[in-house]
Amino acid sequence: MPSGPTQIDGGRVANALNRALPGIATTSTEEWVEVESSRLEEALRWLHDSEQFDAAQLSNLCAVDYHDHFTVVYHLQSFDLNQQIVLKVRVADRDTPTVPSSYPVYKGALLQEREVFDLMGIHFEGHPDLRRLFLWDSFPGHPLRKDFLGIGEGLTSGLQRFPFENKEQPDRLLNRENIVEQGSQETPEGWSGVAST
Amino acid sequence: MTTPTEPYVLNIGPQHPSTHGVFRIRVVMDGERIQDIDMIVGYLHRSMEKLAEERTYTQNIPFTDRADYLAAMSGNLGLCLAAERLARVEVPERASYLRVIFAELQRIASHAMANGTLVSDAGAWQTPLLYMFREREKILDLFEMTCGARLTTNYMRIGGVAFEPPPEFWPALLELVDELPERISEYEELLTQNEIFIARTRDIGVISPEDAINGSLVGPALRGSGVPWDLRKAEPYCIYDRMEFDVPIGRNGDVYDRFMVRLAETRESVKIIRQAVENIPDGSHKTDIPLALRPAPGEVYGRVEGPRGELGFYLVSDGGPAPYRFHIRAPSLINLSLLRELARGASLSDAVVTLGSIDIVVGEIDR
Repeated sequence: MPSGPTQIDGGRVANALNRALPGIATTSTEEWVEVESSRLEEALRWLHDSEQFDAAQLSNLCAVDYHDHFTVVYHLQSFDLNQQIVLKVRVADRDTPTVPSSYPVYKGALLQEREVFDLMGIHFEGHPDLRRLFLWDSFPGHPLRKDFLGIGEGLTSGLQRFPFENKEQPDRLLNRENIVEQGSQETPEGWSGVAST
Repeated sequence: MTTPTEPYVLNIGPQHPSTHGVFRIRVVMDGERIQDIDMIVGYLHRSMEKLAEERTYTQNIPFTDRADYLAAMSGNLGLCLAAERLARVEVPERASYLRVIFAELQRIASHAMANGTLVSDAGAWQTPLLYMFREREKILDLFEMTCGARLTTNYMRIGGVAFEPPPEFWPALLELVDELPERISEYEELLTQNEIFIARTRDIGVISPEDAINGSLVGPALRGSGVPWDLRKAEPYCIYDRMEFDVPIGRNGDVYDRFMVRLAETRESVKIIRQAVENIPDGSHKTDIPLALRPAPGEVYGRVEGPRGELGFYLVSDGGPAPYRFHIRAPSLINLSLLRELARGASLSDAVVTLGSIDIVVGEIDR
């Protein structure tokens, strides 16, 4: 698994976290540690204050949609020790995903959490000013969610295969009208050779 | 006796020279002082992160040109390094040297623009800006010579760089590197001792080191507050570990210090370019990679020290040719986290200079 040169072992962080705050870290790999979402603020504050990890800065905050759940990813940076911790929180509720805000610990979360709220639709409880950042207030939906376009019928956005890889027709088509029947070699009318959206 | 005043709302932008792009601020003013500030961004939002999920890693490189359009090379480099780490692609040594040369040229060009517009905001209308554009112009000429574009360079590739620079590039580069230190001294003479400039920037927009760290500030905004943090030293990528250079820091964390840090960094960049040109080995400038690069499922957070600070790319791969998630950690946006606190209680003219010293690029804020 690729990991950054200064990224520290998630298992080490999980052990230390569980020693100090029993039961807080649920899963961990070499790369990241996952904590219980309700106790996120506690975990961040402990990592921020601890001398062993000294997570002084929240350098990156973003969220990923894995279809059945969301993951909010926190990249924490220590300047004195020059090491990076990757912390994750799993949000299973898709209708009203809620995570405690990290703003009380890191002021740098102010705009990053607004961005995640805007594009991924995750609510950060305790954020002082949770509004949409880029899109207007009446914008329908949250675009970075995988189901945003509402494609349905087993079609997902994202490229499953490079167009014309192995000289086959692309199998990722967002538009039903462009779908080529299996086995048919004829080029449909208006086919431009590129997957159109 | 003081006259009672009513707070009023002043709208700045989206089209305003002091906001450096389509950036809008609603300011609640009480007389001359700012009571509250609200930034409204998104006028340049192009949903890059969503579009990137439908394009291959190589097809995503042009997005990074258009995110931070004043530092396209740094964006290219950041994405390529992250994708290379994800897909485990080796880069030839010559390509690493070329990448460093172009990234540092880009840093000089970007800092020239940042400092020029800052001085312009501070009241020295246009003259210093155009002085600084003189060198930037030469750097852009070098870019054009190599890859045909001046701003949206699209030069780096996963596995190296797209083209070998033409033969006439090297003498032109050496000439520029020789004259740059003189030019930087010229700006120092022109501005750093200038009484009006000092009055407009000293002790304005002071950020303490604690606030800077906690507010996720990076780059010259963080170093101006006296935190010696530079990814080129802390987490050396490409060939930065072989280069000798210093990390300039400020003392007070005010606008003047951030200006001086940028100016001093320009000198360090010249040093790095000179070392890179002296030591550049022969060889190939690119490894061949498959057309459809399919990294194994996994995730990576690759980052480079761009002109505005830590420019990160968080890529998640599900094994397909396109990233499952493509997130740009935009330093321009995150450096604005403290804007509200900085602006409260300041006068409007000081807030404009503070915003200029943080150095934002709206293309990168909105993405």
